[in-house]
Amino acid sequence: MSVNSSPIRVGLFVTCLVDMFRPSVGFATVKLLEQAGCTVEVPEAQTCCGQPAFNSGDRETTRDIAKQTIAAFDGYEYVVGPSGSCIGMLHYFTDLFDEADPWKARAEDLKKRSFEITSFLVDVLDFDQVLASFDQKVTYHDSCSGLRQLGVKSQPRKLLGKVDGTELAEMPEAETCCGFGGTFCVKYPDISNRMVSNKTGFADETGAQTLLGGDLGCLLNMAGKLKREGKAMEARHVVEVLAGMTDTPAIGEADYDLGKQL
Amino acid sequence: MQIKSPEFKENARIALKDVGLQKALGNLKAGFPEKRAIAVQRMPEFHDMRDEARDLKNHILENLDIYLEQFESKVTENGGHVHWCRTSDDARKTILDICQQVDAKTVTKGKSMVSEEINLNEYLEENGVQPIETDLGEYILQLRNDHPSHIIAPAIHLNLEDVSEAFHEHHKKPKSDDPAVLMQEAREELRTKFVNADVGITGANFLVAETGSTIIVTNEGNGDLTQTLPKTHIVITSIEKVVPTLEDMTLFLRLLARSATGQEFTVYNTLSTGPRREGDADGPDNFHVVLVDNGRSDMVGGELHDMLRCIRCSACMNHCPVYGAVGGHAYGWVYPGPMGSVLTPQMVGIEKAGNLPNASTFCGKCEEVCPVRIPLPKLMRHWRTNEFEKHLSPKAVRWGIAGWGFFAKRPKLYRQMSNTSNWFMRTMAGKKGRINSLPLAGGWTDFRDMPAPSGKTFMQQWQKKQGDKS
Repeated sequence: MSVNSSPIRVGLFVTCLVDMFRPSVGFATVKLLEQAGCTVEVPEAQTCCGQPAFNSGDRETTRDIAKQTIAAFDGYEYVVGPSGSCIGMLHYFTDLFDEADPWKARAEDLKKRSFEITSFLVDVLDFDQVLASFDQKVTYHDSCSGLRQLGVKSQPRKLLGKVDGTELAEMPEAETCCGFGGTFCVKYPDISNRMVSNKTGFADETGAQTLLGGDLGCLLNMAGKLKREGKAMEARHVVEVLAGMTDTPAIGEADYDLGKQL
Repeated sequence: MQIKSPEFKENARIALKDVGLQKALGNLKAGFPEKRAIAVQRMPEFHDMRDEARDLKNHILENLDIYLEQFESKVTENGGHVHWCRTSDDARKTILDICQQVDAKTVTKGKSMVSEEINLNEYLEENGVQPIETDLGEYILQLRNDHPSHIIAPAIHLNLEDVSEAFHEHHKKPKSDDPAVLMQEAREELRTKFVNADVGITGANFLVAETGSTIIVTNEGNGDLTQTLPKTHIVITSIEKVVPTLEDMTLFLRLLARSATGQEFTVYNTLSTGPRREGDADGPDNFHVVLVDNGRSDMVGGELHDMLRCIRCSACMNHCPVYGAVGGHAYGWVYPGPMGSVLTPQMVGIEKAGNLPNASTFCGKCEEVCPVRIPLPKLMRHWRTNEFEKHLSPKAVRWGIAGWGFFAKRPKLYRQMSNTSNWFMRTMAGKKGRINSLPLAGGWTDFRDMPAPSGKTFMQQWQKKQGDKS
């Protein structure tokens, strides 16, 4: 893209997990968007994408949250978030309204404008000026919604290829679900445990030092399992590496800056 | 078959600890998904064929009555009989009736999931007719008084030792763990049964409207012997299996074999078109097709309409990480895996089968591999909605969603709650960066640590930064 063109106005969909657990992922997303020539705003009226209600069968609550989210992101050229799952949910808003409902068209419009971060950088902006170095062997987990609903597969790998010092070692079954599944992991903990154990086993086989992914739900699940198993492998969101923000402890690692950040 | 779907969670817990079952499930991946992947790769037009098959199935479902009536009139023209059965009970009675008319003592059976659905074997036994399963997997299960755990590989939950044990006990021969010897034993046992059977019962993979033919596909050839040797052949099948022409059938056969086992074509593809005609070398004197509805016609045009496209290939369960972890019996009824999680609630009631559509991460792998592109996660979500609207969801779920929803709909309150929870978790974690045990989150912390928030919430930090800038 041309550096002279007027900045693209992006609304950041933070996602509730990034907001709560890993704010650095939000800041890394902002940094990447700015590097790619966007101005980023964070609408205050956003909360969660509504997926817990949608997948629990509560259509009414889902619709209310959808309307709130659609209204919050009115007017932005693009809506970008660091999660295939949450952006995928924004795309499902179109299924919530009847043809006659004026919200239907607004939901369709939001769908056209909303993108997962790596897909936005690569597919929409054709961005490849990654200014980061990360001297590690990494492996990458493909989160389900990003992969199957939004077609996120090559984009994070393409960007990682531009990071100085990073070697990507693919694990077997990188596309198999990690067992997070939102409320699934607490409703069916035994099955979820089997799935995440398979995943950490495969990731460990690669000899990578860091496990990367594009969805914080899956990453919290896998990082939590790695730590419980006493494995040395660390876990991070891919944008932390792409934005060169890897000086903070990885997910679930000791936080020596506790309380000093603000 | 007794419905054990309400105990899904307990079934799953037991299955996960069953060493033999876990070993058997470990063989599944190399057996089916890897072979399918190779077959798909070898056929560049595979995904276009899936589109064609989906569209054709949709066309059939829109004209289901027309094709079924055409099928019936062709069967009748060929000298056979079609029996329309609204319920399982109708179907069982119809089949027993036919058996009794010919004074049948034993019937041989090809593999049929519809016969499992209507609980046929038990009913025939209770009424003095001995059913003998001839598919090797089904035969093993019958000896063990067991049920299928998979729709095309019914004994996939067993290991060689289990088969060896069962044969030794029932065949009264020296124990062997050589698959070739065991196969030979089964073959010898079954030969006499094929010859002596009064009635042969098979399922059908497809019904061809233009010719009145039924077709079964097998890799063992047992279906041929089941339907050609006895004097009476009964086909037990369901209404959504009809296709317009032989040409259409071949499209589905090509997709079915590749999706199921990764074969280009199943070994035996056996068509039945009416009873034996004059001059035919073999074939039954009587030919009956028992068409079961059992809730299917209620699905036409409704939320579950797409499910009627299913051709029972088993790709969804072969690729499902939940099925792969717990196996088919945990699902507690005839149809396991994603397709079962959609069908079982329709056939036995969501009150009993509520766990099934919930026990999915919605990873979407099933939809990705479905040869007729059934949106299985969407259909499972339909059941969750149905459950929620009927107030059948567990209270913890309802209250949890209600409480969370209250805040999620009020951004300012939501912020405050996030800030408080964030502070609470960081305080609990201390310098460790993670939490070993968290109140109300035992499902999580029993098996994994809970990574603690790495700082104040993004929104708190962002607002502070914006304030600093201005």
